[in-house]
Amino acid sequence: MKYMNKSIEELHELLKNGEVTSKELIEESLELSHEVQDKYNAFVTILDDAKEVPITDNLLSGIPCGIKDNYSTKGILSTGSSNTLKDYVPFFDATAYTKLKDAGAIMVNKTVMDEFGMGGTGTTGHTGVVLNPWDKTRMCAGSSAGSACAVAAGVYPYATGSDTGDSIRKPAAYCGIVGYKPTYGMISRYGLFPFASSLDHLGVLTRSVKDAAIVVDNMKGIDKNDMTSWDSSNINLTKALTGDVKGKKLCFVREITDLDNYKNASPELKAHLENYYKVLEKCKELGMEVDEVSVDRTLLNASASVYVVISCAEATSNMSNLTGIIFGPRSEGFDNWIDMVKDYRTKGFSSLIKRRFVIGSYVLQSQNQERYFRNAQRVRRLLVDAWKDLFKKYDAVILPVGIGPAKHLDADKDMLSNDLETVTLDEHLQIGNYGGFPSITIPDGFVDGMPVGVNITGNCYDDENVLNIAYALEGAMEYKNQIAKEAE
Amino acid sequence: MGYIAMIGLEMHCEASETNTKVFSGARNSYSVTPNENIRPVDMAFPGILPVVNKEAVRMALMASMVLNCKQPKYMYFERKNYYYPDLPKGYQLTQETKPIPVGIYGYVDYECNGDTKRVRVNNLHLEEDAASSDHLYDTTIIDYNRAGVPLLELVTEPDFRSADEAVAFLEHMRTVYQYLGISEADSKKGQIRCDVNISIMDESLDPEEPSNWGTKVEVKNVNSFGGVRDCINYEIKRQTKAKEEGTYDTDVIQQTRRWDEESGTTIGMRSKVDAIDYKYFVEPNIPKFKLTDEWLDEIRKSIPELAYDRKNRYINEYGLSEYDSNILVKEKKISDFFEDTVKLGTDPKEACNWVNGMILSYLNYNMITIDEFYMTPDMLHDLIKLIDDKTISSKQGKEVFAKCLEEKKEPVSIVKDEGMMQITDESSIEAIVDEVLAEQAEAIKTYDPANPKALDYFIGQVMKKTRGKANPSTAYKMMKEKLDNMTK
Repeated sequence: MKYMNKSIEELHELLKNGEVTSKELIEESLELSHEVQDKYNAFVTILDDAKEVPITDNLLSGIPCGIKDNYSTKGILSTGSSNTLKDYVPFFDATAYTKLKDAGAIMVNKTVMDEFGMGGTGTTGHTGVVLNPWDKTRMCAGSSAGSACAVAAGVYPYATGSDTGDSIRKPAAYCGIVGYKPTYGMISRYGLFPFASSLDHLGVLTRSVKDAAIVVDNMKGIDKNDMTSWDSSNINLTKALTGDVKGKKLCFVREITDLDNYKNASPELKAHLENYYKVLEKCKELGMEVDEVSVDRTLLNASASVYVVISCAEATSNMSNLTGIIFGPRSEGFDNWIDMVKDYRTKGFSSLIKRRFVIGSYVLQSQNQERYFRNAQRVRRLLVDAWKDLFKKYDAVILPVGIGPAKHLDADKDMLSNDLETVTLDEHLQIGNYGGFPSITIPDGFVDGMPVGVNITGNCYDDENVLNIAYALEGAMEYKNQIAKEAE
Repeated sequence: MGYIAMIGLEMHCEASETNTKVFSGARNSYSVTPNENIRPVDMAFPGILPVVNKEAVRMALMASMVLNCKQPKYMYFERKNYYYPDLPKGYQLTQETKPIPVGIYGYVDYECNGDTKRVRVNNLHLEEDAASSDHLYDTTIIDYNRAGVPLLELVTEPDFRSADEAVAFLEHMRTVYQYLGISEADSKKGQIRCDVNISIMDESLDPEEPSNWGTKVEVKNVNSFGGVRDCINYEIKRQTKAKEEGTYDTDVIQQTRRWDEESGTTIGMRSKVDAIDYKYFVEPNIPKFKLTDEWLDEIRKSIPELAYDRKNRYINEYGLSEYDSNILVKEKKISDFFEDTVKLGTDPKEACNWVNGMILSYLNYNMITIDEFYMTPDMLHDLIKLIDDKTISSKQGKEVFAKCLEEKKEPVSIVKDEGMMQITDESSIEAIVDEVLAEQAEAIKTYDPANPKALDYFIGQVMKKTRGKANPSTAYKMMKEKLDNMTK
């Protein structure tokens, strides 16, 4: 590996000075793609015919990247890691990808995900399990598993992701890299295969906060094709990274972070939280105020169920277009359309997804809707209000990601079921999706030789502030630009 | 015993006059070429998002105002989830009554057989149309041109008591939609479709008391006004017969039926217990948007003159009969043609005689619309002027009318090219009259002034010499004067 472990700015400098060509970068990235594919199974498609582009002043020009396979890419297979779309070649680009292309970014592969983003393990894609580049017996988490794996393994400086519950920020933590989802609507969702529209965000996985800022600066913008997108032309994330965080106020939620909450804590969980508290000390050393706050435990404990209800409900409706009639491999040999659609969906979806469709359908039924779906929406509002209350006083909430390092592959495959005691610690990142808050995970140390992460979440539209805090904290630790050890 | 029928309508009318579809940028126009007006949104390719057409919302709000409905403070759309091949997304974007749609709780006054009647409007909502299907012998072909066309659904209370009332209301609404510039409202193009619900109850009971109401039967997809009339009459007869034969409880059940045009009967489709649960929920991709008072006021002010007002103006200002006025305003485009002609300075009564007489019978005979009619208001104005200033006779006027349409030639050119100009100049006519008198010395001897027919011979001679172009009344007057003097 000569170049692909470098940052975007370093690569841009080399390209500008003619010390390396875009073609050489692509060749290296493709070679690494094949290696990583053989070892960890991170890609649905490797684009061996990726072409170089002229180098411009745009920092992304000529630099290879990965695109998650739920981004619609014109003329290039886009499966959402599902058998239902295993041969689907779109005829239009996702807006976010168009913007990257316009910036001169070069897609070298499409990354594996949990089927349609539903799943947090990276094990449910139709091309098989994605392995963690730090330890092949562990998962990457998901759903942006292939993107996280490839960036951590040093295939390129960044890959795009999508995040409905924690699908960028959890795998980033498990792979020891940075994962950022900006405020809802900052990046257009047009052309992203939907999972749960009110929770879906686009974002990026990188090895540094600055790279994340650079990439999202190029992906964001109002889009006439997405009514939920907004004009962020006055926001410049890269420029906002001053590293000056003196006087910033952070808070953490006792009901989530206090070890006393976890009577049956595993050694990994203990080590993870101890490490987290050390990171809080670093924040203080940077001149930030860090306060402990309390949020109603009953409300917090309801969060994971809210996620199940809302995400499954929206998903079952969003994926009703997958009938195999207009696109997808149409089921043949049936004399009526109902059997045709049933056959396509029965064969095409994994059992995990089908289970979620059943839940989604159930909670939307007229006799259940009030009790489940509408109540979930109410609790969602309460959780968002609780976080917004915190943002009145604090710049951001800082919390540990997950209950430790990456889980072993023999753990439960469907993250919908979880240990009741640790469920909130494992799933609190969903609150960032409920409120559409800007949220970034950065690596904050190691447990058992595996990376762990810390998350910083701020108020809507306050992305510059959130990224700057993450940037300062990243600078105070030594995990920036790290490449997965096994891969190295 | 007699019965009262209680009839309610769901009238679907396509808003054919928007440029684009209601949630997509595809053209909204009737086309015979299948799949011509489609964008990825209309076929629900993965990653598409709806974008609300403001013009369609404006039209819907205008209709809501004319229906005396209450408008909402915020606009929402909801997903109605069901699978059908003509519904690519697997859900239809529509509006339900909670949150309230573009219009709720209004009323309409309409005329039926000379009486003014009022029907209450439960609600008016804006939704998207489905694709159209053609069921062939062993296949069904789908045309997506119609998918996503804006559709206004008007739901009345069961206030109609007869097929006459229901049809009179539909005709009234058709002109309303035309006058508002919302729709051509052409049922031949499938732009108007109705669902009809019908029940009967004993006439001795109080219709205000819901417990007295009979069992409601809903008949779906009645696509012509004639069909609505026949279907209502059929159902009333069917339900009355069941009452009289004592089979009401078994034969008339709460169910959805289908109107079968060919047999002129309704056929049961599904009963209440099999009713589909549409699992409505608010569309998350369309942020709720506030309808400002300013915008609503602007819309209210822009409501054009409707048929009823136009009719009164024709009676009061132009002195036309109620009968003629009714005919003129029935189709907005006919009425516009008439008004344009009058604006050019034509006498309203003469214009009305031509429009209601020659023009309407020509359109009916040739089964064409006024849009396909060659003659313009300018041409009609010219034609009437040619007759008024005696350039041609009224008999010639009819010939010119026929020639104009047959040869697609303007009346002025026809008259000129065919040399049809009348001789109106008195001295020219006098010269010819004198010439005839000089030649007809014998005939003058037998002229009897008391016999009105005696003059005809002499006039005939004048016409022979002028090839019919002498103005008949001038020639007549002059000849009589001269003959009377000669024979005195």
